[in-house]
Amino acid sequence: MLGPDVAWYLAVAGFLFGTGALGVLLRRNPLIVLLSLEIMLNGGNLALIGYSRHLGRGGGQIFALSVMAVAASEVVVGLGLVVALNRRRVPLDVDRLNSLRG
Amino acid sequence: MLLATAGNVLVWIVWIGAAFACLGSGVAVVSFRNPFFSALALIGNLASLAVLYLLLSAEFVAAAQVLVYGGAVMVMFLFVIAYIGPRQESPWAGGPSWQAVGAVLAASALLVEIIVVVGLKASGGLAHSQHIGRAFGSPAEVGRLFLTDHLLAFEITSVVLLIAAVGGVILGAHARRTPWGSAEGRVDAGT
Repeated sequence: MLGPDVAWYLAVAGFLFGTGALGVLLRRNPLIVLLSLEIMLNGGNLALIGYSRHLGRGGGQIFALSVMAVAASEVVVGLGLVVALNRRRVPLDVDRLNSLRG
Repeated sequence: MLLATAGNVLVWIVWIGAAFACLGSGVAVVSFRNPFFSALALIGNLASLAVLYLLLSAEFVAAAQVLVYGGAVMVMFLFVIAYIGPRQESPWAGGPSWQAVGAVLAASALLVEIIVVVGLKASGGLAHSQHIGRAFGSPAEVGRLFLTDHLLAFEITSVVLLIAAVGGVILGAHARRTPWGSAEGRVDAGT
């Protein structure tokens, strides 16, 4: 395998996942929380593809493609929720969206 | 031999550029105040990740990454951010402090994991990758795997996408009709 070992890719994947987790936990704008979730999913994808290359099997790539489809679905529903909140003039702050009714 | 060494150096250079672009744009996504800039930084993150996928000889996944994420998902993000308009939020301020403590704890747990991984590399656990054929990661190989070994995952993915499409339509339709929405919404705006 030319270039760095798979461990370096895993290190990048771990840092990406940690960055995304920090964003999800610290930011309060739901749009940025969704963007940070994308970073977390991409970190997982990078680890899956790195291991797929390391083991010489294609299964990891299949899982990465499935994760991509799940991420697209999550973005559809999340952005639909954000637009619905915005139309009802609810403040876009995940700390203030803490009560359910009905 | 000389050619192989030159190729190795080239791959290292590309990897370092892509990895640092990836990490830098990831930090930028989390730390920008304006969600529009965060989304633009995420596009850079996705592009550099596609380069890393190419280095891992996953050509089809890299193409799908650029098409699905860089094309479809990010256009939708930018559209919604532009639709909602500029709402700035001061980062890292306010909020209960246990959240920040938990976030730092989670991030440091990830850091410990990275140290373990690099330790494994030092002891040779991850040093020798399998040799792969030319077809590895090509669309034909991915399609063959999808339709033979991973057929169930393929079908479940299609159902998930269908349910997400139905959910998006329902969310949008409710927001437009608002049989219960308008008065309640104004109450919410006041709180």
